Amino acid sequence: MKILGSEITPYKTYLNRRKFIKGSLASAMLATVTSSAFANHDSDLSIYTKNLNENDKLNSYEEITTYNNFYEFGTHKKHPHLNSGNFKPRPWTIKIDGLVKKPQTFDLEKILSNVTIEDRVYRLRCVEAWSMVIPWQGFQLSELIKMAEPLSSAKYVQFVTVFRPEEMPGQQKRTIIWPYREGLRMDEAMNPLTILATGLYGHEMPNQNGAPIRLVVPWKYGFKSIKSIVEIRFLDTQPETSWETLAPWEYGFYANVNPNVNHPRWSQGTERRIGEFKRRETLMFNGYEKEVAHLYKDLDLTKFY
Amino acid sequence: MFSTRNFNRSKPVLFILILFPSLLWAYQFVTGNLGVNPIEKLMDELGLMALRLIIITLMITTLSNIKPLKSIVVLRRMIGLFAFYYVCLHFSTYIVLDHFLDIQFIIQDIIKRPFITFGFISFLFLIPLASTSTNNMIKRLGFKLWKKIHYLIYPVAILASMHFYVLVRADKTEPVIYMGIIILLLLHRIFKRLTRPQLAQ
Repeated sequence: MKILGSEITPYKTYLNRRKFIKGSLASAMLATVTSSAFANHDSDLSIYTKNLNENDKLNSYEEITTYNNFYEFGTHKKHPHLNSGNFKPRPWTIKIDGLVKKPQTFDLEKILSNVTIEDRVYRLRCVEAWSMVIPWQGFQLSELIKMAEPLSSAKYVQFVTVFRPEEMPGQQKRTIIWPYREGLRMDEAMNPLTILATGLYGHEMPNQNGAPIRLVVPWKYGFKSIKSIVEIRFLDTQPETSWETLAPWEYGFYANVNPNVNHPRWSQGTERRIGEFKRRETLMFNGYEKEVAHLYKDLDLTKFY
Repeated sequence: MFSTRNFNRSKPVLFILILFPSLLWAYQFVTGNLGVNPIEKLMDELGLMALRLIIITLMITTLSNIKPLKSIVVLRRMIGLFAFYYVCLHFSTYIVLDHFLDIQFIIQDIIKRPFITFGFISFLFLIPLASTSTNNMIKRLGFKLWKKIHYLIYPVAILASMHFYVLVRADKTEPVIYMGIIILLLLHRIFKRLTRPQLAQ
């Protein structure tokens, strides 16, 4: 695969980031980059595994790419893998609007030439009580937000998925009100754990995982990590999000992974890690408590679930 | 062609056909060929099979009202018992494989989550049905009481389809189709009862 020079972290940045991770983000399983960041899943995996928690194991490329929720390609978890072949992720643009200095449309290539792509190995916890460990490549959302220059009145960020029913057969049926929309509070969006991912296992983002660019917010249920983003909007009020609109008694705006908040459909106390036989305990904020708990210290998490 | 004898003759073939999926899934499960999340897949397949068989038993009763097909009713017991067989496998997958016999957790799950409550009650109602599905039991209970017990199949079917309906997150087409079929079959029974010629007292 083609690697842009700009996508490789300079050695100095790499060293600095290592120190940073050793300090505050150690338990977050952050991996860092060298040019080997783009090794594929069939080559040496130690670049991804070296920063894993001792209890975690990487899920395989096959598991990550054949078992997905991406209703744009169908509601069954094998559908995205089977039905996403006609989707064309290039060329791609992202429209930036709302409360920004100047609304504009960025070419994805332009964005990528201004950011640093790095490895992030994150746990992903689905609201359906299964989970995976995924080696993403991406950059911090905060970098794009800086490029977008939001006004100080912007308190929330809304994301919108592409709407192309001719390429995304699931969109031909009104299972969800299309296009899919998600949102974050500004401080959540600026958190260093929040990334826009453009690859996994050193491959360009596969269509079924949200090509060419998707959000990854590892301490929230998977549905918050919106895929194939075409628009980012800055707002002063909390935006509507797709699942919350569909079933507000089940899915909240925050959707933080929380074993103590009951869900009418799935127990959130435990989860099945894909590839494992026995269930494991679900961790508060999916195990990223140290990095994000402070964001919610004034929030009643049972009310704002 | 649709004689009792021929329906009885078809039973061994039907038996193998209906049993086969469970053996196949068990084999695929053991050999690791049931996909990325095999426990979920196994549970879904077993449950769906059970629901479909329950609906087929209701259909058989309706079909047997058509004169030339009235002998089809001899297949009902076997299919009903197979529905129970698949429900048992579905439920034990949930208890043993999904939750590893964590009984306290399972009880909480049954109480707290409506879709599991529906499924569990449906399972409970099936037990008296299955355990009275012998000729001897019909004799011992008397046909009238036996028939009353077997009216439980209606709440069983409705609860089972609700169990599925609530489980599905967004595209409810399939559970709605099953519910529609069940409602049509029930309406047909009510209609038949209302229009039945009254016997002289």
